[in-house]
Amino acid sequence: MRQFLESEIEPLAIGAWVLGTGGGGSPYHGFLNLKKLYREGRTVKLIAPEELADDANVAVVSSMGAPMVGLERLTDPEILVQAVQMMEEYRGVKFDAIMSVEIGGGNAIQPFLAAALMGLPVVDADAMGRAFPEAQMTSFAIADLPMFPLTLADVRDNAVVVARAASWKWMERISRKVCVEVGSVASTCKAPRTGREVKDFGIHGTVTQAVAIGNAVQQAQREHRDPVQAILEQEDGKLVFVGRVWDVERRTTEGFLRGKTLIDGLGDYRDQQILINFQNEYTLVSRNGEPLVTTPDLICVLDTVSGEAIGTETLRYGQRVTVIAMRAAPILTTPKGLEHVGPRAFGHDVNFKSVFQS
Amino acid sequence: MKRIGIDVGGTNTDAVLLDAKRVVAGVKAPTTADVMSGVVASLQKLKTAAPQALDVSAIMIGTTHFTNAVVERRNLMRVGVIRICLPTCASLEPLCDWPDDLRAAVVPMSFLVAGGTEYDGRDIVPLDEGAIREAAMKIRDAGIGAVAITAVFSPLRNDFELRAKEIIEEVCKGVLVTCSHEVGRIGLLERENVTVLNACLGKHGIETVRAFKNALWVAGIDAPFYLTQNDGTVLQADTAARFPVFSFASGPTNSMRGAAFLSGIEDGVVCDVGGTTSDIGYLVKGFPREANSVVKIGGVRTLFRMPDLVSLGIGGGSLIAEKGPTVGPESVGFRLPQSALVFGGSTLTMTDIGVAAGLMDVGDKSLVSHLDRTLVQAVLKSVRERLEDAVDQMKTSPENVELIAVGGGAPLIPEIMEGVSRVVHLEHGGVANAVGAASAMISGEVDQIASGVDRDKALADAEELARLRAIEGGADETTLTIVDIEDVPIAYLPGNARRVRVRVVGEIAGWRPQTDAAE
Repeated sequence: MRQFLESEIEPLAIGAWVLGTGGGGSPYHGFLNLKKLYREGRTVKLIAPEELADDANVAVVSSMGAPMVGLERLTDPEILVQAVQMMEEYRGVKFDAIMSVEIGGGNAIQPFLAAALMGLPVVDADAMGRAFPEAQMTSFAIADLPMFPLTLADVRDNAVVVARAASWKWMERISRKVCVEVGSVASTCKAPRTGREVKDFGIHGTVTQAVAIGNAVQQAQREHRDPVQAILEQEDGKLVFVGRVWDVERRTTEGFLRGKTLIDGLGDYRDQQILINFQNEYTLVSRNGEPLVTTPDLICVLDTVSGEAIGTETLRYGQRVTVIAMRAAPILTTPKGLEHVGPRAFGHDVNFKSVFQS
Repeated sequence: MKRIGIDVGGTNTDAVLLDAKRVVAGVKAPTTADVMSGVVASLQKLKTAAPQALDVSAIMIGTTHFTNAVVERRNLMRVGVIRICLPTCASLEPLCDWPDDLRAAVVPMSFLVAGGTEYDGRDIVPLDEGAIREAAMKIRDAGIGAVAITAVFSPLRNDFELRAKEIIEEVCKGVLVTCSHEVGRIGLLERENVTVLNACLGKHGIETVRAFKNALWVAGIDAPFYLTQNDGTVLQADTAARFPVFSFASGPTNSMRGAAFLSGIEDGVVCDVGGTTSDIGYLVKGFPREANSVVKIGGVRTLFRMPDLVSLGIGGGSLIAEKGPTVGPESVGFRLPQSALVFGGSTLTMTDIGVAAGLMDVGDKSLVSHLDRTLVQAVLKSVRERLEDAVDQMKTSPENVELIAVGGGAPLIPEIMEGVSRVVHLEHGGVANAVGAASAMISGEVDQIASGVDRDKALADAEELARLRAIEGGADETTLTIVDIEDVPIAYLPGNARRVRVRVVGEIAGWRPQTDAAE
């Protein structure tokens, strides 16, 4: 267990946004909130999964909703604390640590906010290693761990406990309906995990990974080196395409931001175009109808110059972008994992083939 | 059709007279603290150079005045900030991500009140009109003259903001109100930032436009006048006075548009060498390429669309280190006419190097004849290398590009540069800013809810209407270009409803860019 430093907050936000693969919501507001809490004298400790006792109670939190909504309806840290405390009351336990369900995007910072207010450590792990739009798209779901109960808090003093659900998919459907009803943004505490479960099925070291990506970007920017290249080196990633945004089509349905964007090639990629589909996150890159990269490989759209990630809700005509791919956590690419997070889980009728296995 | 373009920069106020596509005359006068006398002086010079300047059909003024006010934290009003959001958005107070000194200059009095809209158009909670009225009274009692109102999801539904504005204006007579839906897009904090920036510049906007008006009157020129906007179009002055934030990026936009107009080059690099900096931008189809995502103004995050620029601390007034070829970033700025060696001063500046090398012909050449040739060559080499680096950064492909040199320090740009196929110097390149202002364009905008049609049809319909409006406004149909196209689905309305926003711009009819570039 070690102190999480104030100087790590910004790199965490930058790295988490890259790991968000277009979704997960911008970590900027969480970053501001956490900075504020640190300034008020609150701090957070980071604990490695191996340091957890087998019977430790770990809260798994997230802010749920459509990323575009998060740009307008800013979530207060206190609401997340309400969701966690509701879970403590419902289960009659006290939590020993808190972790994020999703390291990609704003949810990387959510556990830190609750942790700062509650005096709990944050676990250096998550259950996706990136961002995904749905509850069954986690390593815990892939491992068939219990999916209930779930607590959900809304700003208007609406509080919901989903006591049981028949499957992860049902948990997703029920909690999503509630989330949409309260404005497509809500603070949730997912099914609590034991220390043993986090050790066995969590995706480890992802907070550290996000901070390292952020540090690489910031260092490259300071030294006027190419930040995109710095990310590729840090993550041993793969360059997919360089171009500019030509068209963006979005629709907010059932609490998701769905759509596609057309990228027109520049430089070495001139006279080529790629299409990227998204459901909150980028799910599929294709050229002339042929898939190039598919989920769960991480598809990141970065600002070509600054290296900063561009979200599905901030894509805009004319932006110059570089598309890169990064490796998914091994559990996601197992046959069981692909059932949950492979291309078919997003309605794409193609098989997963990692760009890293060729 | 004759037009006057004026650019009020930090150092110089430039004025040009355009007759159709021809630059009749271009002059420079020093910018003054009161702005007005500098404008008057430049117009007097222009009249001397071209007596027909008295008879023009329009005057376009571009100014970096409002940006400078924010950057220098002066002439800012105290702002009453109302955010209609509760019970959401309470933990991050308004202006929370502003630099401390700018926040201190604006002394915000902030109120969070209940209300706002969900993404689908429903109320979060009903608007708390009592709280707005209470806030209004406190704002009135504190003697605050400007109010910024931001409601959650107001770009989707603006009625909360409009109702709040009504109440404020009822209670606080004569107060200047900016509503966020008028100036920004989705993204609460950034939109609120822009709204507060606009509000704090309220009085400054009105006074500046009044000063311009007086200057024109003193100069004896009677014609409609316009302020140039961030996107290279113009807004009628009285309207522009209410929205100073829309003029924030007009300086670099004008210089790049002027470069395109004078050279006839539509795609290439523009390098504007001023007194303190060189700004390098990239033209795409005659427009400045825009920066991605968040743009900071005076340290404040905004979602403005701004030209993508690289700025180097290299200008005509840049200091040269005694011992080596280091240029800038310090500059003598507006003191150049007194400080530089060629003008009898005692400071070695970039202008002295330019004169010594025979690139520029200003001041007294004999005053720099003693300079060491190796120093002069080393300085020029260092400048060339830095410019080459910057050009390389802006390029999107390895092919060589044309570079258009503009600004008062344009002669300092070397003729041969790596990565550049040709350096284009222009006869009136020194006043490209003012030319850009004078050749500003007409826009047509549509912002409407479409329903019962698919997305393609909704966008096509809106584009057609925007084109029509631009043509009605005097734009040349063949030059119309879409600069902004955006659609947001509105789930709570039936029939695949979406809000569609399209903006097109075009040259004024009867105008064509000059094609024969002077070299």
